[in-house]
Amino acid sequence: MDLPLLSSLICVPLIGAAFLFTMRGDKETVDRNARQVALWTALFNLALAVVAWMSFDPSLGHMQMLESHPWIESFNINYNLGVDGISLPFVLLTALLTPICILVSWTSITKQVRAYMAAFLALEAFVIGVFCALDFVLFYVFWEAMLIPMFIIIGVWGGENRVYAAIKFFLYTFVGSVLMLIAMLYMYQASGGSFDIQHLATLNFAPEVQKWLWLALFAAFAVKVPMWPVHTWLPDAHVQAPTAGSVILAGILLKMGAYGFLRFSLPMLPEASAYFAPMVFALSVIAIIYTALVALMQTDIKKLIAYSSVSHMGFVTLGIFAGTVESIQGSIMQMVNHGVVAAALFMLVGVVYDRMHTRDIAKFGGIVNTMPVYALVFMLFTMASVGLPGTNNFVGEFLILLGSYKVAQMPTALACAGIVLGACYMLWLYKRMVFGEIKNAEVKVLTDMNLREKISFAPLIILALLLGLVPALMLDMSAKSVQAMVDNQKLKYQLEPAELALATQLKGVTK
Amino acid sequence: MTTDMYFALVLLPLAASVVAGLGGKRIGDAGAMAITIGGVVTSLLLSIWAFIDIAVLNGSSVEAELYTWISTGTLNLSFGVLIDKLTAVMLIVVTGVSAMVHIYSVGYMSHDPSRARFFSYLSLFTFMMLALITAPNMVQMFLGWEGVGLASYLLIGFWFKKESANLASMKAFIVTRVADVGLILAVLTTFAVFGTLSFSGIFPSLDTVAAKDYVFFGHSFPVLELIALFLLIGAMGKSAQFGFHTWLPDAMEGPTPVSALIHAATMVTAGVFLLARMSPLFEHAEAVLTLVAIVGAITAMFAASIGLVQRDIKRVIAYSTCSQLGYMFFACGISAYSAAIFHLMTHAFFKALLFLAAGSVIHAMSDEQDMFKMGGIRKYLPYTYPLMWIGSLALMGIPPFAGFFSKDFILEAAYATGGDMGLMLYIFGTAAALMTAFYSCRVMFLTFHGKPRASKEVMHHVHESPWVMVGPMMFLCVGAVLAGWLGHGMTDTHWWNGAIYIAEGHLLGSHEGLEEVHHIPLLAKFAPLVLVLFSSWVAYWVYIKRSDIPARFAKAVDPLYSWVMNKWYVDELYDLLFVRTARALGLMLWRRGDENTINRFGPDGMAYVTTRGSEALRRLQTGYIYHYAFILIVGVMALITWFIL
Repeated sequence: MDLPLLSSLICVPLIGAAFLFTMRGDKETVDRNARQVALWTALFNLALAVVAWMSFDPSLGHMQMLESHPWIESFNINYNLGVDGISLPFVLLTALLTPICILVSWTSITKQVRAYMAAFLALEAFVIGVFCALDFVLFYVFWEAMLIPMFIIIGVWGGENRVYAAIKFFLYTFVGSVLMLIAMLYMYQASGGSFDIQHLATLNFAPEVQKWLWLALFAAFAVKVPMWPVHTWLPDAHVQAPTAGSVILAGILLKMGAYGFLRFSLPMLPEASAYFAPMVFALSVIAIIYTALVALMQTDIKKLIAYSSVSHMGFVTLGIFAGTVESIQGSIMQMVNHGVVAAALFMLVGVVYDRMHTRDIAKFGGIVNTMPVYALVFMLFTMASVGLPGTNNFVGEFLILLGSYKVAQMPTALACAGIVLGACYMLWLYKRMVFGEIKNAEVKVLTDMNLREKISFAPLIILALLLGLVPALMLDMSAKSVQAMVDNQKLKYQLEPAELALATQLKGVTK
Repeated sequence: MTTDMYFALVLLPLAASVVAGLGGKRIGDAGAMAITIGGVVTSLLLSIWAFIDIAVLNGSSVEAELYTWISTGTLNLSFGVLIDKLTAVMLIVVTGVSAMVHIYSVGYMSHDPSRARFFSYLSLFTFMMLALITAPNMVQMFLGWEGVGLASYLLIGFWFKKESANLASMKAFIVTRVADVGLILAVLTTFAVFGTLSFSGIFPSLDTVAAKDYVFFGHSFPVLELIALFLLIGAMGKSAQFGFHTWLPDAMEGPTPVSALIHAATMVTAGVFLLARMSPLFEHAEAVLTLVAIVGAITAMFAASIGLVQRDIKRVIAYSTCSQLGYMFFACGISAYSAAIFHLMTHAFFKALLFLAAGSVIHAMSDEQDMFKMGGIRKYLPYTYPLMWIGSLALMGIPPFAGFFSKDFILEAAYATGGDMGLMLYIFGTAAALMTAFYSCRVMFLTFHGKPRASKEVMHHVHESPWVMVGPMMFLCVGAVLAGWLGHGMTDTHWWNGAIYIAEGHLLGSHEGLEEVHHIPLLAKFAPLVLVLFSSWVAYWVYIKRSDIPARFAKAVDPLYSWVMNKWYVDELYDLLFVRTARALGLMLWRRGDENTINRFGPDGMAYVTTRGSEALRRLQTGYIYHYAFILIVGVMALITWFIL
């Protein structure tokens, strides 16, 4: 492969963003052109991502499409890129969601369109950078850089309380990031001067050291996931962010924390991961149940979906630290699923927000009478969110539960409560918004989804069903990498002796 | 039959549903109806073929894989079919009733503006039910299980402008989902113990595992008892057994053909099917089997008692369904799975008939469902009237109708089981049969006999239903009459060719056991029938001859009457225990937890301290992004410098 694909994936959006600022003309022309340029740039990048997917060999467990150039040689900092089965799904998801975000903002954003589009393209570049970086410093640069466009998107194009939300978002993530920086620098010294992520994963840090490093990294990643109790920035950020901001926040940014666990905590600090796993399980279960209950009582649609995101991400962290092939596969799958489903749910909120400029659930009711197509799409994603078999969320949740049950029985059994509560808040939301008689005169004059809106939902609908029925598309991509990771790390949990004996005995029987 | 034909059997309704649902506008209502009916009738014909192949000609069971669904680590799940005698019987029931309900709905829903959507949902339901009964592994079964729940949710809430329908559909979905957690835990534990989820993988290893213990939540349980208990919880939800029954009566908010198909003949019997499918496992779990019997007996009694006093014709039949499901459960509890499936089959025909006939009545009475506003319409409904009587007689267990054979066999088996348990089940079952006869007659007398109680306006419009509705009822009537005769061979365990397993020591595990059932004392054999006839006579007396008695009686035993009338106050209890608690908890965690604790001592507190504490720092909070970027860079630089130097 001659073309540096991964670098292209990062550069194309940046070039597009830069190009946006060279445009001249009156506001209307610039706005119109900016939308077009941004959309085509994002679509081109999506095409590149598909090429990357095609040239990816899922039968290999290690990093592929490697690129390496020295960057700051005196500190041994390199521009190292590569993807494996764990990061590629997120690169694809990012490339898919960005054009959708641009489509979603087509008419709803009228102020500073050029800057807005540039911010999204820059965000795409940085996020793909995060997922492809194989050098810790490079990773850190992208990780921090990504905050800036996101901060701007919330702070400039957000709702009435946007500044509070933006600063809260920044405060939370920044505190976490500083601790990650310290951990990174410690690892650099301890490893004799290496920032190479693959190299760091082969080192054995002393168990005591691991614990400190793990906690420092955990602070950064847990905020991003977000895990309970550092989740309170998320509802505010979502509520204030413009629709596309919420889509990218739920779809991509939340995945970075969990990705961090998979790329750093588990492979580099396996003993500490095993040591702290019970704590993670506890926090995950609290997140699943606590935030589901909180979601139940929300009156603001976006807050409800934001809280449900925290609940769904609780399953992901449970699955990651359970450390079995099934549960980690399930977690990766669930992250992609959540990226699809939560993104679609936020877009659904956006569709009615654009028409009625309110997020108060009580103001709706009876939408199905005027927007039948909308009601159908909403129903599909409600069921996906509930985890109905046949949709993508079921496969993810099921694999997480199946894989985690063996090593963390009690948290897994408790997590099942989330499945019931999820049905409660989603069905109640759907009933209050979509079903019933029309009570509000504004609902009576709503027009159904237009072509642009339908097109922006189409890929997500296809993915939600396709991944639910043919999950191999996703699972096969990450199977080998996850297997390699589980084989490599010393994440060993003590199986109950009786259970182990039983398992071995059964093997003889079934064969 | 080739495997492709089995796949077609299952998938045709799905294809029809998708076409009717998404293309409803293009092909029109007539097109949607034609396609869905075509799909399900083809499925029915294929099912009959399959039934002849496997059940009549004793062919061996078929297992085939369509494609690999989920495969990772040690897990390998496929979509496929497993057709043995148990499935073959269920196929006839499901596609038979479904086809009749499809056709009936052409007439029943003829005035509805969104018929395409209705038929799409019906076919979706049929597909999910077929996926459930043909599942070769527990997860495909779970897919069908949840899928029928979805279809039920959509169809109960079909008239989405009705607040009560929306609430009922939600309740049905959520209550069954609580029980589904049991099923999920059963799947998880099964995989942890057996390492596979396909039936053909699980059943051969049962004997090896039987003696083992499994630790759950720190307590040690015999592993198969534990799995069986989880399965039972799941089955109780779908089959509306006592404790999980609250959703079923409310589900009557849906259109009546839906009640006939989903909430009488098929979906609610999924729990019984699950018990029968997992019979090899339940046979290793004696304690849970006893529990199954107790749950069933209580449900049979409890639901029948409520059925005695309901005013809404559909609710009476709903409680009756609940009660009959109780019979099937306690039959499973005494290892008479074959009897349970036999009753499931006869019940499907006569109960669907009853519902469709009730629908015909409601249709005739201008959508009136209160029986106290009916009466005296038998002359106007010359077909519905005798058809509904046949359905009722079958339900009451009067020979020679179908219900007699299956219900009688269950009661006899209970008696033959012996011991306190057997006797208790026999008494509970007989008592429930007594009440069943009373409320069935009550429905008939109140609805058709006596003087008209409806307004002149309504009575003026009373009319017999069109042939498209009467025809399917007649077909089901044939089933309600003949299914008992034709099917009683099923009670012999050997008939099932291994699809149902009964352990040696259990009553029906051997041929002698079956003989024993047939030769119980005459008194025990005929007592139920005599009591049923007696209570029918009482119903005749109080509702036809002395129609002032019921009201006076109700007044005389008022506390008891209110207790039963209010459905034992279970709904109120659940509202207090779960609904209010969850909402209060949610509000508390949100206000006190998130806002008053985490935010207060976290970011808001920090911001507060920062703003108050330092004038210099406050000036930095300008909201200009370049300021923040600047701070970021300075911070990074400072830290790097500090560490490296």
